[in-house]
Amino acid sequence: MKFDSQTYLLTDKGRFGNITLVMGIIGLMLSIAAWLIDSEQFYHSYLTSFVFWITIALGGLFFVMLHHLVNANWSVVIRRFGESLMMTIPFMAILFIPIIFGIRELFDWSDAELVASDHLLQGKAGYLNIPFFIIRTLIYFIIWTGLALTLNRLSMKQNISANFEQIKKMRIISALGMILFGFTLTFASFDWLMSLDAHWYSTIFGVYIFSGSFLAMLSLTTFIIIRLQNYGVLTEAITKEHYHDLGKLIFAFIIFWGYMAFSQYFLIWYGNIPEETIWFLHRWEGSWKIVSLIIVFGHFVIPFFVLFPQGAKRNKIVMTIMTLWILLMHWVDIYWLVMPSLHPHEIHPTWINPAAFFGIGGIFLYIFWRFFTRHPLVPINDPNLKKSIDFIS
Amino acid sequence: MSNKVIKTVGAIARFRGTGHLLEAATRMQESGYKKYDCHSPFPIHGLDKAMGLKRSSLGWLVGLAAIIGTTGALALQWWTASIDYPLVISGKPLFSYQAFVPVTFAIGVLLSAFTALIGMLAFNGLPRFNHPVFNSDQFKGVSDDLFFISVEVNDPQFDETRTIQFLESIGGTNCELLQENEE
Repeated sequence: MKFDSQTYLLTDKGRFGNITLVMGIIGLMLSIAAWLIDSEQFYHSYLTSFVFWITIALGGLFFVMLHHLVNANWSVVIRRFGESLMMTIPFMAILFIPIIFGIRELFDWSDAELVASDHLLQGKAGYLNIPFFIIRTLIYFIIWTGLALTLNRLSMKQNISANFEQIKKMRIISALGMILFGFTLTFASFDWLMSLDAHWYSTIFGVYIFSGSFLAMLSLTTFIIIRLQNYGVLTEAITKEHYHDLGKLIFAFIIFWGYMAFSQYFLIWYGNIPEETIWFLHRWEGSWKIVSLIIVFGHFVIPFFVLFPQGAKRNKIVMTIMTLWILLMHWVDIYWLVMPSLHPHEIHPTWINPAAFFGIGGIFLYIFWRFFTRHPLVPINDPNLKKSIDFIS
Repeated sequence: MSNKVIKTVGAIARFRGTGHLLEAATRMQESGYKKYDCHSPFPIHGLDKAMGLKRSSLGWLVGLAAIIGTTGALALQWWTASIDYPLVISGKPLFSYQAFVPVTFAIGVLLSAFTALIGMLAFNGLPRFNHPVFNSDQFKGVSDDLFFISVEVNDPQFDETRTIQFLESIGGTNCELLQENEE
């Protein structure tokens, strides 16, 4: 990998693109085999991995919109990471197609016989039915793709000639986009994850998914930056001060995630209504109890104390380990949300999980890398670029 | 009026901008001055480093307050709810730690916030009514567009003529001694 620190272009893109593409293709081929062997397990594993990667892409969209909305200076050098992550969204829409075929095996509410015998599901049938589910998913992807493409187009125009009109436009789009993002992410998480257990409901669920989503995006970005800097890429533009700020955001969102997770649990525990508590009861049975405890400690307690000191956020080794750990925990979190609907009593580890994970992940990272390396790695004409490079946390 | 004694309490010099102030602060630190301070209209990144200031130990104090606050709050709720006045609420166990989390969290935050504020004021020697730097007329400009370094008289290296000379040598202008009337 070779990097030109004058033009911020990668002159030699290295093998990362090829490795991820091969990884993705092998993973998806194994996933097809898995579908032939055990289609129900495949659909659940695929949904888990799909949600893992789409939440990171949506975290990227959120990062870019937040950056424009508050006119941030420090994150200009990091903006391209968010932009390249959000540009995977249109491709993720294509990767959603298998889930549409799996609706009948994933979601109880799609079973007409079951609905006929279940009064609660009949009441929800106006919302939870296959055509409306597909229409809603289509709307989410149209909104996300529209936002991502527009923001990316304006940002790429900046490379050629920058003016304040573009910045103003990006800010207006971000302001409206934030509102749309809030609604779409909430309903997408209701549809794709919460409706797996169609009786259960939690109004905070969307925020819970969002907190994990942005946390995972920040962790992946920090990890990629550290890896790239080992190859001498962006070593002058991104400094310890930026790590410190990314670390602070990661730390804040660990707390925010914990706050949301506890709030969700706390109200259901307090209310003690059977149709709500059953969801947590399932996740406190057999080996699921261990997974629940791993999430409490691994997703909150351990990262909270490790990232507490200032020195930890400025230390590349600590941040490498913690960002990977948080990404793993984000996956465990989604696994914990999805899988109990298939294996209600015991966890059931299978090779299909990593196959789907690396299949979607390989394609995701390949597309990310293609968009990321096509242009200068920072917005070279952004008026705030100098401020961002000189930034002191 | 006649028995008033004028006493020197420090020296002050004006600097042209953030760059000069940072440079001068480094020189001050190198030359071994201890009781000096930099004044600017806005916070300057890196000034603490240039002055060689150590990290404040306030963080440890706040951390201690947080531990006391959380354990104290949890202990209070445990003792009142399950020992002193046991009361079964909606069939839940007497010590339902879930229900105690919000109060534990809130009191932990409250005590740390108070410690941070009061500790910060105490470490800064605040509140106080006046400071000798305000005896200088030019010092009013520090809230507008001027940058200063002040040296206190109880610095071991302080000497009325040599300190002024030194302040001039590191680029200070409008150097003057800070004086106070003493009965």
